Amino acid sequence: MHANHARTPFDLGAALKDAGLVAGIVVLLTVALVGARVQDISSGPPVVFRFDDVIAAALLAFVGRFAIALLRGGRPRPVLIAALAFALGLSAILVHGVTSAGPGLTRLLPFASPVINWVIAIAAWILSARAAWLQWHATSTLDAEAREAREARMDRLGAMVQTWARFFGPLLLGVAVVLPFLPGIDRRLLDIAILVVTYIMLGWGLNIVVGLAGLLDLGYVAFYAVGAYSYALLALYFDLGFWTCLPFAGIMAAFAGILLGFPVLRLRGDYLAIVTLGFGEMIRIILLNWYTFTNGPDGLSGIPRPTLFGLPFTANPPEGQASFHSFFGLEYSPLDRIVFLYYVILGLALVTNLFTLRIRKLPVGRAWEALREDEIACRSLGVHPRNTKLTAFAIGAMFGGFGGSFFATRQGFVSPESFTFIESAMILAIVVLGGMGSQIGVVFAAILLIGLPEVFRELNQYRMLAFGLAMVAIMVWRPRGLLAHREPTVRLADHAPGAADAAPEMRT
Amino acid sequence: MSPPQPALLTVEHLTMRFGGLVAIDDVSFEAPRAKITAIIGPNGAGKTTVFNCLTGFYKPTAGRLALRHPQRGECLLERMEGHAIPATAGVARTFQNIRLFPGMSVLENLLIAQHNVLMRASGYTIGALLGLGRYAAAEQRAIKRARYWLDRVGLVDRADWNAGNLPYGDQRRLEIVRAMCIEPVLLCLDEPAAGLNPRESAELNALLSFIRDEHKVTLLLIEHDMSVVMEISDHVVVLDYGRKIADGTPDAIRNDPAVIRAYLGEPEEEARP
Repeated sequence: MHANHARTPFDLGAALKDAGLVAGIVVLLTVALVGARVQDISSGPPVVFRFDDVIAAALLAFVGRFAIALLRGGRPRPVLIAALAFALGLSAILVHGVTSAGPGLTRLLPFASPVINWVIAIAAWILSARAAWLQWHATSTLDAEAREAREARMDRLGAMVQTWARFFGPLLLGVAVVLPFLPGIDRRLLDIAILVVTYIMLGWGLNIVVGLAGLLDLGYVAFYAVGAYSYALLALYFDLGFWTCLPFAGIMAAFAGILLGFPVLRLRGDYLAIVTLGFGEMIRIILLNWYTFTNGPDGLSGIPRPTLFGLPFTANPPEGQASFHSFFGLEYSPLDRIVFLYYVILGLALVTNLFTLRIRKLPVGRAWEALREDEIACRSLGVHPRNTKLTAFAIGAMFGGFGGSFFATRQGFVSPESFTFIESAMILAIVVLGGMGSQIGVVFAAILLIGLPEVFRELNQYRMLAFGLAMVAIMVWRPRGLLAHREPTVRLADHAPGAADAAPEMRT
Repeated sequence: MSPPQPALLTVEHLTMRFGGLVAIDDVSFEAPRAKITAIIGPNGAGKTTVFNCLTGFYKPTAGRLALRHPQRGECLLERMEGHAIPATAGVARTFQNIRLFPGMSVLENLLIAQHNVLMRASGYTIGALLGLGRYAAAEQRAIKRARYWLDRVGLVDRADWNAGNLPYGDQRRLEIVRAMCIEPVLLCLDEPAAGLNPRESAELNALLSFIRDEHKVTLLLIEHDMSVVMEISDHVVVLDYGRKIADGTPDAIRNDPAVIRAYLGEPEEEARP
């Protein structure tokens, strides 16, 4: 339609060179990760080279990059035709592969894993949709101005989600509350739900430290560990129950936070990150080596399960005691305990969320955000930087501690192996991905990062690669996180002007 | 007429060394109460260093910085911690390169300036979390004060904007009224007119005169814009290479040969051959 409209010259050589470069990078990245495979020595040579995947990846990258260059150069038609054909063909083969068992056409597929093939098919569909859009709207939206517009659009999207969250949040909460009773929810799904909600809670806890106060904490798992071991040790040494220990575990973790924070919170940015990283490892190594107290690498087992007002969730309670099912006259079901655990963590997570929402509107919460924005300006206004940071650190740690004691009671067993750096990284990724400071963003990110890998189990060794790819994509397109949009904690518009020009009582 | 009051701020023998570099060398001056004192001088004369010593960002190597607070008596600024200087001695400052909280709203910026008052009213958070105390009333008062100052600088309509999205001149003014929200007795302004156009400059003069005359705040001002300095300041201190070379009324300074040589320069027709 607008074929002759503003036909910009297209530099074929540069586009080919660029596509070649990208393909080269793909080869470099995949040749060691994907091309070479280590296998059991008994079944042949120790390293097997399989370059077909590498070649397929490089070819796809080359073609894809060239197609994007064509789109940018205002040549959507060939891309539309090629991408559509490719997408149609690939999808057809995939669907055919699902419906019929025979090998047949599936040999034509670029990769062995159906998930990757599907991802590529979806990418091709997106590419063709984009080409179609350009074909009939003619203007390329990839220049700087358009990028800014897109940025604004994404920000509006963030704002929109934030507004929706007011209605959407209760809905999500409703789903979360009735989840255990929904049809089709089995033990496995409930376990995943517990895991996701645990990470949501930890994300909300860390969000206080990273999102609000802007302190990059790479050792959050240390407080999780302190909480878990506090409960485990108190329970095993003093025979205390979960609900008695929960506040203690929080207090212990908060105390650990203050202990760490006091000397190191004068550090900024990267330096603080490194020290907290070290602290996380220190806690783990102490737990590993203090054999007489923590049982070292063997871990602590026999941690008591939580009870509902003293009613245990066991099939055969000790003599003279009621258990949950006998007290309520129900049939014993092992699922009861899981459902109860789910509600415990859901309650803890909600407490964390309500606390954060409330404290954000209080002076201390505002001071946290101000510290994130500009510490020097804070000092010049009389905000005590160290104390303010310490409160953020301690409160964040406290919620980590609650999460930790829940973890201990859920597993019934703790060992230092559960508290490695990858846990810290995961929780931090949830906060950053969701959009720093965004409560609903944390929920989405936790579902995305914890729930989806369960779905993507089939990808096995590519799983972490896909994880990294997703993170890079977010950093490129949405550096402030998926739903980073900040609503002011207080609006002047909500406060009636009244005595606008009457001076408040001033010192003279 | 009331008898001459003692100066609000007395700086005596202030010296600041960074290793071998002497940034301020034995500078003494006074800032009279409810007057505007300008500190001028060429780049690198040590003006901002004086401010950093006064507001606790640097610990002076030697010297005495005495502030006679009308309610709290004499405060020795050189012995106080950085965050305590605004909180207890009532010294506020602005920065040469504006330091707002750009991601927060204009109103929030002004509420953070009232942090200590609000913090006490919220029972150090615990009271307000439990729903006790008079936090809501205190917040209303804080918002009222913020509105009063926003009204002064014509930013009421944009109170819910992100501070970082304001035009440059408004950011400058917002920083000044944010400093005023801590209810200071001494306000130190580091080049408030930098980057302002003549109209904005005139508005700034009016704002500063208002702060001095209506709120009886003592102002200390670093400025290169001579139109601002000569028009509104009551007292001028001239620094050069970390030393004080002159001290007096604007008129006396304008004609001081040492100042002309070091800073103001020869009259224009003689400077251009």
